[in-house]
Amino acid sequence: MGKTVLMQGNEACVEGALAAGMRLYAGYPITPSTEIAEFSAVRLPQVGGKFIQMEDEIASIACAIGGSVAGVKSMTATSGPGFSLKQENLGYACLAEIPLVVVDVQRAGPSTGLPTSPSQGDIMMARWGTHGDHPVIAIAPSSVSEAYNLAIRCFNLAEKYRTPVLFMMDEIIGHLREGIEIPDHVEVIDRPTVDYPDAKRMPYQIKEGQLVPKMAAFGEGQRYNITGLIHDESGFPTNSTEEAEKLVTRLMHKISDNYDDIVQVDQVNMEDAEVAIVCYGGTMRAAITAMEKARAKGIKCGIFRPITIWPFPERELLAASEKLKKVVVAEHNYGQIVLEVERIIKNNCKLGFVGKVNGTVITPEEILAKVEED
Amino acid sequence: MAKMELRLAGSGGQGVILATVILAEAAVIAGKQTAQSQSYGPEARGGSCKAEVIISDEAIGFTKVQHPTFLMALTQKALETYCHNLPEECIVLIDDTLTAPEELKGHNVIKLPILSTAAEKVGKAFTANIVAVGAINGLLHLVDHADLEKAVMLHIPKGTEALNLAALQAGIAMEGDVKKPAKAAKKAKV
Repeated sequence: MGKTVLMQGNEACVEGALAAGMRLYAGYPITPSTEIAEFSAVRLPQVGGKFIQMEDEIASIACAIGGSVAGVKSMTATSGPGFSLKQENLGYACLAEIPLVVVDVQRAGPSTGLPTSPSQGDIMMARWGTHGDHPVIAIAPSSVSEAYNLAIRCFNLAEKYRTPVLFMMDEIIGHLREGIEIPDHVEVIDRPTVDYPDAKRMPYQIKEGQLVPKMAAFGEGQRYNITGLIHDESGFPTNSTEEAEKLVTRLMHKISDNYDDIVQVDQVNMEDAEVAIVCYGGTMRAAITAMEKARAKGIKCGIFRPITIWPFPERELLAASEKLKKVVVAEHNYGQIVLEVERIIKNNCKLGFVGKVNGTVITPEEILAKVEED
Repeated sequence: MAKMELRLAGSGGQGVILATVILAEAAVIAGKQTAQSQSYGPEARGGSCKAEVIISDEAIGFTKVQHPTFLMALTQKALETYCHNLPEECIVLIDDTLTAPEELKGHNVIKLPILSTAAEKVGKAFTANIVAVGAINGLLHLVDHADLEKAVMLHIPKGTEALNLAALQAGIAMEGDVKKPAKAAKKAKV
């Protein structure tokens, strides 16, 4: 392994993205994600990449989509207000199957809210923010190390599945500094590209055994059309009901059929647990201390932490809930993932909730109190 | 080493965030676990600013300071904001221009001329945070002074090495001005 260095979460996100091959960052700075733009501006020219500050968040994601279409791994970062603005083009990237990483360092909302305060209020927007049925992959880091390693994973999944991946950070991790060990080697996945430009090839055709259509970089020989309209293999719009059903179904299934490859969950002390804290992102840090305090009091407490938020690790949670007496969901919002948890665990066990919307961080004691409650 | 939870407070622009970043960097150099964070308002200068660093030999769960073992305040406003409900063993370091509130009567309150040392002895008021970093390490013995010096060098602009080194040394030297510093440090480790 490499040496340990002190790094901020936002900086680690950039370093991870660079290790994964990011060579274009297009963004419009916003607290608490601004350091991602700042570090990208410093680092990208050093590795032959490009940084561009666009006129707003809409243009930023459009620019990143354009970069990716041209064959360059691209990222944009923002916070809640900007994430709202990016939703339209996010759907475009889903339908047109453009690999892309969108980072949302969540802050307290709604609207411009509390710019410097932590939140996890964008978790449902990540799932349903852009209109229409669409596949989503969203990932949340709980440490500075994960900000690095999971940024790499975001790019790898985006490339492998030709889809935008949402990196749902929060102010807690984005602005946290910790020592992290930078690995000497990381696994990098690149999108499937065409071997040679072929004018007769259908740009959205999928051959047997292929996960997604191979992607030719714009400007490298083959001419083709990209659209946000329902399209057939040619890439041109169609009103065919058969083609519409085929395309949307394929988009949904390319993610849901690969659940095991995409979904990651961190289960801590769950072997003998009677109570599980369900949390994600920066909230995990309070949960760890709460669990330690609960264990010290003789309560068999564990943690169930989705690393992949969407698709939600519902198979694992359902299985876990059958052995639990209670689940306590802790998240920095008024209750979002708790709804998903409630749907999944049904009446297998009791459900408690710790939420916070005042801009401060959930404390271990607040979680512990719910863990101890009858 | 027991877990040390440090809270530094001052006015935006005094460099208290950087001071905690340097302490965190020194902890990493020394092979320790650390978590550094800060809270501040939208203002770049003049608003109140709080920065925290936890240093421990063991993995750190919750990243925010809950039971400070050490508090430093560089402005009266910051002191009055953060002096409440401190654990008995918390050492409080304040600039000697400040007045300790009644509430801190039972505490080990150490007054040091941090701001004036930076402005007059070192010659640049903006080195107060580096003076403070030296003084804190002198009081608490968090890391070897050599590791702290390396950390300072990683976080200052080129061309200011000599100036910042002088500030750091001036801060470290303050340990000698403190009555019973050894007892204070020991007490913090309980």
